[in-house]
Amino acid sequence: MPRFLTDSEHRTLAAACDRLIPPLDAHPGAAALGVADYVDTLLAAFTFDPPRIFAGGPYSGRAGGDASFDDFLALSPLEELAWRTRIEGSRGEPAREFNGPVVGWQQRYRDGLGGLGADFADQPPGEQDRRLDADPAFKALCYEHACEGAYGAPEYGGNRGLAGWTAIHFAGDVQPRGYTDEAVSGRD
Amino acid sequence: MTDAAHATLDCDVVVVGTGPGGATAAHVLTRAGRSVIMLEKGRNHLLALDAPFGPLGHVSNDEIKFTRRHFLGPDPLLEPRTFRIDDGDGDRRWTGDVNNLPSTVGGGGFHADGKLPRFREVDFRARSELGPIEGADIADWPFGYDELEPYYTEAERLVGVAGDHTANPFAAWRSGPYPMPPGPDMFCATVTAAAAERLGYHPYRAPTGVNSIEYDGRPACNNCGFCAFYGCPIEAKGDPVGLLRAALHTGHCEIRPDAHVTEVVLDATGRQARGVRYLDAAGDLHEVTASAVVVACGAFETPRLLTRSGIGNPDIVGRFLMYHLQTLVLGLFPFRLHAHRGRAVTHLMDDPIVPDELAMAAARDAGLPYFRGGIVEHGGAGMPIMEAMHLPSGEMHSRLMLDSPMRDCMAAFTMQGEDLPQATNRIDDDPRVRDVWGRPAGRVTYSPHAHDAACATHWAPRLEAVMKEAGAHTTFWVTSPPLRDHLRAGADPTPTSRHVMGTTRMGTDARITVCDPTQRCWDVDNVLVADSSVFPTSTGYGPTLTIVATALRAATLLAGGDAPRTTP
Repeated sequence: MPRFLTDSEHRTLAAACDRLIPPLDAHPGAAALGVADYVDTLLAAFTFDPPRIFAGGPYSGRAGGDASFDDFLALSPLEELAWRTRIEGSRGEPAREFNGPVVGWQQRYRDGLGGLGADFADQPPGEQDRRLDADPAFKALCYEHACEGAYGAPEYGGNRGLAGWTAIHFAGDVQPRGYTDEAVSGRD
Repeated sequence: MTDAAHATLDCDVVVVGTGPGGATAAHVLTRAGRSVIMLEKGRNHLLALDAPFGPLGHVSNDEIKFTRRHFLGPDPLLEPRTFRIDDGDGDRRWTGDVNNLPSTVGGGGFHADGKLPRFREVDFRARSELGPIEGADIADWPFGYDELEPYYTEAERLVGVAGDHTANPFAAWRSGPYPMPPGPDMFCATVTAAAAERLGYHPYRAPTGVNSIEYDGRPACNNCGFCAFYGCPIEAKGDPVGLLRAALHTGHCEIRPDAHVTEVVLDATGRQARGVRYLDAAGDLHEVTASAVVVACGAFETPRLLTRSGIGNPDIVGRFLMYHLQTLVLGLFPFRLHAHRGRAVTHLMDDPIVPDELAMAAARDAGLPYFRGGIVEHGGAGMPIMEAMHLPSGEMHSRLMLDSPMRDCMAAFTMQGEDLPQATNRIDDDPRVRDVWGRPAGRVTYSPHAHDAACATHWAPRLEAVMKEAGAHTTFWVTSPPLRDHLRAGADPTPTSRHVMGTTRMGTDARITVCDPTQRCWDVDNVLVADSSVFPTSTGYGPTLTIVATALRAATLLAGGDAPRTTP
């Protein structure tokens, strides 16, 4: 259940990101990796307490140690100002507009997904690509976040089932186990 | 200062900045019994500020947090910087992240992967030994390698450097071995180093500030691979945590994070500092009084703080900004190199720093008397998000991520080419862009010298040949900042180097430098600069160990200590 996006927007975003990072052979593609959930979590970061901006540490528990990535860190007042501005936009607030108005990601996604059309997910690949190419700035934003959601730590909402890392032969976070000296120096 | 006056001060010395330079100064001064308050603009993610000063647990193997979300600061939305090549760009060409080093407790040491070579003897007297180059202002350092050697030795001991002192045939003399043996070689580096040796070069195992054995109460590195741009979750990296923790353990040191220093406060004569003013996280203004001020904000912010405070010759402060001109030579291999395991770079070679006949001939062809290249780091690619961001979208993306030619099958050489000092390269205030505190954003005006470009152009094909010898089926190279031809093609002109130096030059002539040979400001001699701002030249080596060594020297002299001497 998305927190910021509507169900329709979420479906459109998943389809759009799947054109940017499509399934291929062992690669599951962006939709299966939960990239739309990653973006929705980012856009709704301030509906969580603490905001889901900086995951905790030092370990996820996947390679030993206590799992603490899910214990997101509290933001400082200045960090909150920066991330609210980046996500929500400046909204006319002087504290956020010391260099002028800022259009936030929430608005950019709302506008960009609207531009793709509510029927985007049902279009053939060629038509989907044409619509994505019509708004290069929005396509670039989606791609940036799709890369993060596909290959980042799953605590941020994407990389579902670690399938992004598995597909590319990457172990992800490995502390506190690390790698043996032989694994560092030897050929696989 | 009288005893009575001293008794009213908040501390003996206030240190602005907690990176390698500030941490070193705090360590030396507290060891000498001085009371120190350290002010850090950024947050504290490094260590508890109450005894026993253990890790906070904020550091993790998290690519999103460390490379995508400005976790270590500064956030370019709050503190934008601007960049232009020259006046022809108008007020600016770019606004955003410009050489952002972490602004957090630990500073630039937090994210560095810890390659810690020393400079060579000639680096301290390049002007007198090698001579001038037209259009550059090459200067001798006000002291030589022999004077700095004991401080290099102390720096290696304090930080904890692992290395093989017999390995580099071009290295300067040293008074003893490294405190630790080298750690395990990365597979990719063994492949490229062997090829380099076959072609007559001299790769060696990099001196690295990462524990290869338990050292100073911290564990050996376990090779997680999240080194460059990340902190170390297990504290196997000694810089900066070792120095800061040692200072805190004396009981004479207090660290105040989220403390943005607005100015160094001068007395009525304007010749003495009486402390600093800073804004806390709530925006409230405070003043800390002290008998001396150490400024260690890094070569971007230190000149801006001095300028705001009316310290230093305004015609000189901020000038002679230097980076390293980075030449990235990339080789794509038909097998996986797993360069994400290990400590980012385990081999270096100095050959471009000590030019051979081919390089000298190329220099002459370019109309230059000599080349001063840089250290070559044998490393690999970054982590998957960085890889993905450099790929096209669509099916090509998924195919390339599966096969990973740009990460798991890629080796990388980075030559940290010496950047000749030029007065026109500088940091000043942008006339319009503001930071979150309402002050002018810092602005870089920078263009590399023709020497730097010619040197990169000469060495890149030679390093490509090494990659091919190692088995790469495809090679290519780029520089940062881009050379003129690439600039015309629309490349981002902003240097990505985090080696920033030279903006409050030290020297023996007060008319043309900001700091004296002890790194004190000529015009306010109880203000000492303890970072790479004071470097007269950039050399071709990473600056961190020399920042620590020079800060050790300067703080020792400030504390009234005797200069130690060593012999080979």
